[in-house]
Amino acid sequence: MEMPAPDTDILSRKDRIVQRLQTVLPKTAVIHDDVETRAYECDALTAYKCPPLAAVLPSTTEEVAAVLKICHGEGVPVVPRGAGTSLAGGALPTADSVILGVARMNRVLEVDYDNRFIRVQSGRTNLSVTGAVEQEDFFYAPDPSSQLACAIAGNIAMNSGGAHCLKYGVTTNNLLGVTMVTMEGEILEIGGAHLDAAGYDLLGLICGSEGQLGVVTEATLRILRKPEGARPVLIGYDSNEVAGECVSDIIKAGVLPVAIEFMDRPCIRATEAFAKAGYPDCEALLIVEVEGSEAEIAEQLGVITQIARRHNPVELREAQSADEAARIWLGRKSAFGAMGNINDYMCLDGTIPVSSLPYVLKRIGEMSEEFGLDVANVFHAGDGNMHPLILFDANKPGDLETCEAFGAEILKLCVEVGGCLTGEHGVGIEKRDLMTTQFAPDDLEVQMRVKDVFDAKWLLNPAKVFPLSVSAERRGFAA
Amino acid sequence: MVLTPADEKELSEMVAAASGPLRIAGGGTRPIGRHVEGDTLSVARLSGVELYEPGALTLVVGAGTPVAEVERVLGEENQRLPFEPMDHRALLGTDGTPTIGGVVATNASGPRRIQAGACRDSLIGVRFVDGAGTRLKNGGRVMKNVTGYDLVKLMAGSHGTLGLLTEVSFKVLPAPAAQATVSLPGLSPAQAVEAMAVALGSPYEVSGAAHLPDADGGPVTVLRLEGFADSVAYRSGKLGDALKRFGAAHVETGSAEVAATWRAIRDVEAFAGTPGDVWRLSVKPSDGAEIAERTSGKVMFDWGGGLIWVLVPEGTDLRGRLGAFDGHATLVRASVETRAKLPVFQPEPEPLARLSRGLREKFDPRGILNPGLMG
Repeated sequence: MEMPAPDTDILSRKDRIVQRLQTVLPKTAVIHDDVETRAYECDALTAYKCPPLAAVLPSTTEEVAAVLKICHGEGVPVVPRGAGTSLAGGALPTADSVILGVARMNRVLEVDYDNRFIRVQSGRTNLSVTGAVEQEDFFYAPDPSSQLACAIAGNIAMNSGGAHCLKYGVTTNNLLGVTMVTMEGEILEIGGAHLDAAGYDLLGLICGSEGQLGVVTEATLRILRKPEGARPVLIGYDSNEVAGECVSDIIKAGVLPVAIEFMDRPCIRATEAFAKAGYPDCEALLIVEVEGSEAEIAEQLGVITQIARRHNPVELREAQSADEAARIWLGRKSAFGAMGNINDYMCLDGTIPVSSLPYVLKRIGEMSEEFGLDVANVFHAGDGNMHPLILFDANKPGDLETCEAFGAEILKLCVEVGGCLTGEHGVGIEKRDLMTTQFAPDDLEVQMRVKDVFDAKWLLNPAKVFPLSVSAERRGFAA
Repeated sequence: MVLTPADEKELSEMVAAASGPLRIAGGGTRPIGRHVEGDTLSVARLSGVELYEPGALTLVVGAGTPVAEVERVLGEENQRLPFEPMDHRALLGTDGTPTIGGVVATNASGPRRIQAGACRDSLIGVRFVDGAGTRLKNGGRVMKNVTGYDLVKLMAGSHGTLGLLTEVSFKVLPAPAAQATVSLPGLSPAQAVEAMAVALGSPYEVSGAAHLPDADGGPVTVLRLEGFADSVAYRSGKLGDALKRFGAAHVETGSAEVAATWRAIRDVEAFAGTPGDVWRLSVKPSDGAEIAERTSGKVMFDWGGGLIWVLVPEGTDLRGRLGAFDGHATLVRASVETRAKLPVFQPEPEPLARLSRGLREKFDPRGILNPGLMG
């Protein structure tokens, strides 16, 4: 993955830039020596690394504004960073950029149960948002699997999802307002405790813009009352096609499960070896979870199991206790860990129309043979968000490149069947150069014009989302 | 002149060839915003279902498709648009055929907005033509998609000022087997907002929460529950218990009665055919009762108090009367003169107004798409 060459003029001004940043931030909040900046050289896409010019860790919106004003004046690119858990390289710096980390901004500012929202600083982790309201039996719905570590700032940047989107939606559906600082250092208040926009839906535009339109420092998030209970059922089939039909039939029957997860045989075997959850050895496994009171759960599971039986499952297991429910989820929740235990892996997140599931899995199997790399599939089946995990050996020369080429082919396939390159991880650098397979030149141009409005000099996270050749002229404005 | 292109290509050519302002129309039933002089460009002929996969909860339709047609097609599979779009005809005194493109352009969302989100939340893809006549697409037909910027949300509620919608895609939901209205009589607006907060903060999945201070027979607070029949019955009971301190709750389960109650709230039937201007306020719900008081008008609350419909004498500058508040006010019904005098949409603070102007200049550099409609 190519990144733009650093601007040597900026590199030569490092001392002055650092000094200026130190005038607006405490000394410990400006990191600039060559050893310490390495802590910011990459995010969770660890195959790509580059220490930044400096990293700053402001504590307030005003400090963020002061930093951005200086960087804007100096013409220095800024790469916003939440918790650094991006799988797409969203927080990967260049050598001439300043990392703006919001990790120190993790306070809860306001909790309002009557109006069902919480206002937090954006560096707060996803899970600790729920943590702040669970004593009153409320929760924050989007639950990306990195929720223990990932920050709300990154969730907003990537419009993160999770396993429970089918019922509760993704970040954009649960975000009510933001405080955002523009690249010029202007502080904006967008949205709030009321619903919908007065004019254009700028909030909707900002959510998912990968830190390219502004730096979000505070967020107002919708919180929901927890359901009375939840219970999963595990269903095994000896064909992906039948499992796909079962998913479709459940949805058509009028049940809206809170989650429908899908695992294929390679994934089942790997997680079983790792977590010993007692999964059957079959072609396709579904975990379907429903919510409500005991009676409501029983009613919904009754409909689901009836449908499941019609398709002749090799296994159908209803959780009878909290312990059994945990065991059903155990394998799914440890899928990534299980893969990491076997090998290095690359995780993709293309989305496909649910109806194309059997075809896409068949094609991925064929491609796996062509490229000579194993792949395991774990999948949010209700919403079509795939997660193929391609296994490779980082120490073997050429393996990463083969893996990336294989991944690119899978994502092209997702687009070809009517889906998209990324369902919840974001484009970052990882899918940047594939954007032309999903978008015509005019479709990319109109998106870049939006960035022109918010960041005319293209200093905010400039080398992401758009193919470098497509954004070259605009990024040149900064120089 | 009225231009009625047959397809997106012809539409884009007409926009490219236009030499003056265009009034963008679907069915013409929602004349919200300032009056626009110019040729009318109607998308009504871009009609029809492009794709419907009930098992994937996905619907793709031409922007000119009548809302009634969309609802019919979904109804055959026991599905629906989650956001319950309002029909503006009675309130605004218009006739014609509401189109799905008009719903999106106005981000029209009904009582279920508090549970299932607004139109913009169900919208997963758009095709549109910008002010230069360029044919564009964003989003798609899958419900999880973070590929590139989300222009889908931006187009929803942009009232045809950024582009002409030609095709729209939705995530749809199953229609419930049963529904009920739980009602509490005699509450003041402040008590009603409090009761609705209790209901919406309960685990019973309330899909509508409204308060009608001037209903026949006195003030009434209504809460809606939807789902399987046993579940609705169970939750109706539980909800009544949770609201005990607000008085005895009445439960209505007749499907025609429940549907009529919520249609009347959705379409603000109480203000249809009345003289005066109608404003729509979006506020922090717990501020609702106090803000309603300040309007000195006739009011109706939806969204747990967060949406206030206000009827005031013609020409009233309601924003002037309210002063600063957390939220926004839209002048939905007024004469052309009043709409020329008072901003229809809440004026934005300068940094946001500058961004909005910047976006408009990028999407419509010649300023020909509904110019001035949003102020």
